[in-house]
Amino acid sequence: MSSLSREEVLRIADLARLELSDEELDLFTRQLGDILTYVEQIRALDTSGVAPTAQVLNRPVDRDDVPGATLSRPDLFGNAPDAANEAGLFKVPKVIE
Amino acid sequence: MSYLRQGAVAAVEQSLARLKQLEPQLSAFNTVIAERALERARALDAGPPLGPLHGMPVAIKDNICTAGVPTTASSRILSGFVPPYNATVVERLERAGAVIIGKTNLDEFAMGSSTENSALGPTRNPWDPARTPGGSSGGSAAAVAARIVPLALGSDTGGSIRQPAGLCGIVGFKPTYGRVSRYGLMAFASSLDQIGPLATTVEEAALAFDAIGGFDPHDSTSSAEPMPEARAALTGKVNGLRIGVPCAFLGEGVDAAVLSAFESALEVLVSRGATVVDIDLPHAGYGIPIYYLICTAEASSNLARYDGVRYGYRTRLQKDDTLQQMYERTRDEGFGAEVKRRIMLGTYVLSAGYYDAYYLKAQQVRTLVRQDYDRAFGRVDLVATPTTPTPAFALGEKTDDPIQMYLGDIFTVSANLTGLPSISVPCGFAGPSTGSGPSRAESRDESGAPGGGSRLPIGFQLTGRAFDEATLLRAADAFQRDTAFHIQVPPLS
Repeated sequence: MSSLSREEVLRIADLARLELSDEELDLFTRQLGDILTYVEQIRALDTSGVAPTAQVLNRPVDRDDVPGATLSRPDLFGNAPDAANEAGLFKVPKVIE
Repeated sequence: MSYLRQGAVAAVEQSLARLKQLEPQLSAFNTVIAERALERARALDAGPPLGPLHGMPVAIKDNICTAGVPTTASSRILSGFVPPYNATVVERLERAGAVIIGKTNLDEFAMGSSTENSALGPTRNPWDPARTPGGSSGGSAAAVAARIVPLALGSDTGGSIRQPAGLCGIVGFKPTYGRVSRYGLMAFASSLDQIGPLATTVEEAALAFDAIGGFDPHDSTSSAEPMPEARAALTGKVNGLRIGVPCAFLGEGVDAAVLSAFESALEVLVSRGATVVDIDLPHAGYGIPIYYLICTAEASSNLARYDGVRYGYRTRLQKDDTLQQMYERTRDEGFGAEVKRRIMLGTYVLSAGYYDAYYLKAQQVRTLVRQDYDRAFGRVDLVATPTTPTPAFALGEKTDDPIQMYLGDIFTVSANLTGLPSISVPCGFAGPSTGSGPSRAESRDESGAPGGGSRLPIGFQLTGRAFDEATLLRAADAFQRDTAFHIQVPPLS
């Protein structure tokens, strides 16, 4: 049986940059515990010596590092919640005291 | 094509009229671009034929970027986002002459199997508005099933094209992983995501595939394998084709009506000269747990980009808010419950101390599933299963129970884990549902509706070898030549 503590869920929320409400914390503590219990079944399988599959392409996905056409500055900043467009800056709360 | 004879403007006007009439019942669209579509249709009518989709009205799932047209992934966190560029599939569809009329609803960021996880509210199944169209491409499936558009694009990470196609009685096709460029698709789980068409016929799905498939320098995971001419491969010939059925995998939990329709579907192909072979896929039953470990891990990484800085929603800032508080509140307010649940699970399984037990283990079992299919394809040309264990379920039926919702993906996730091409075609109807318990399937070619309740479509799923879409589509097309399920229209008015 796998179950999660509320503190553990809080720790994960912090890692995931999610400020959860108390109700969400309660709900996810229960539901994530249930899901982890459900997926436990794979641990019974013997996978010693089995290579993991991260992707199925079986080929390199590199390309030459050559500059090409990109989006214009107005296109890039046009969707920002807060930006100094002419300066080419996105604006966020102050991070340095 | 009839769209060419009819003229693009006439085709688009017809599509928009049907949309106006049915959209209040279905909620299939997030955005409709009527003026833009008509303008483009007029330009098409004034010029030479562009390609095989000339004048065809199409709908695009709203997680695929369309330049100048809002693209939200049905998420609050992308409210107001207007992409400055087109996805490659959008460019290619338009180059082939298609006319985009709107963007369709989905489960937020394609995470879900019912379109109920949409910040804009659920889409309804055209066969029974009290039921889900499936998901996550539920808006695309409903729009095609209701004959608003003959073709729509969806994305399929664990069945999100095939499952809603199955539940709505249309064709849904997921090409081989890497076959269709994902440039401009909002990433959910990058080792699984693939774009594909939904249509009423395999022929139209093949035409769309011919238009959108092939290498794209903008997507480093797109494949350089030569494209087949899919439309030209539809010869009706399935003589000698070996179809594998994983009998042991089709045991418990499959609705009697679904099994009966599935068996009839196999007979259709056998009567055209195919043979059915029992195959063993011993690890397929682990598909759901490993899928939900891998897709959530990848999602937790992919969705880290939604932080309220460069685009989309940002929380209302309070005095003295730190940058981290801005991130955390933006994400809590911007994401819905299922997206948060998956980000949380994915973050957990990737975190120190749990990586090996969950994520690495899932990747190893993924290898075992691939080996099952490799072995099977040594003996057979296609693998057949039902698309889903049951017909469409009621709205609200599974929203409080994530695991029950996940279990419905049992037959679809394997094709994503293995990267194999897979298609769902309509193969029957379940009679009026009486809730749980076996329901009666209509035998093929029987079109009379049983009295009372709704008739609900059933999907037949075929999976093929990597990059052998031609064989897969040929078999699915041959099936449609002998059946009439796909020409039945939901009772809407």
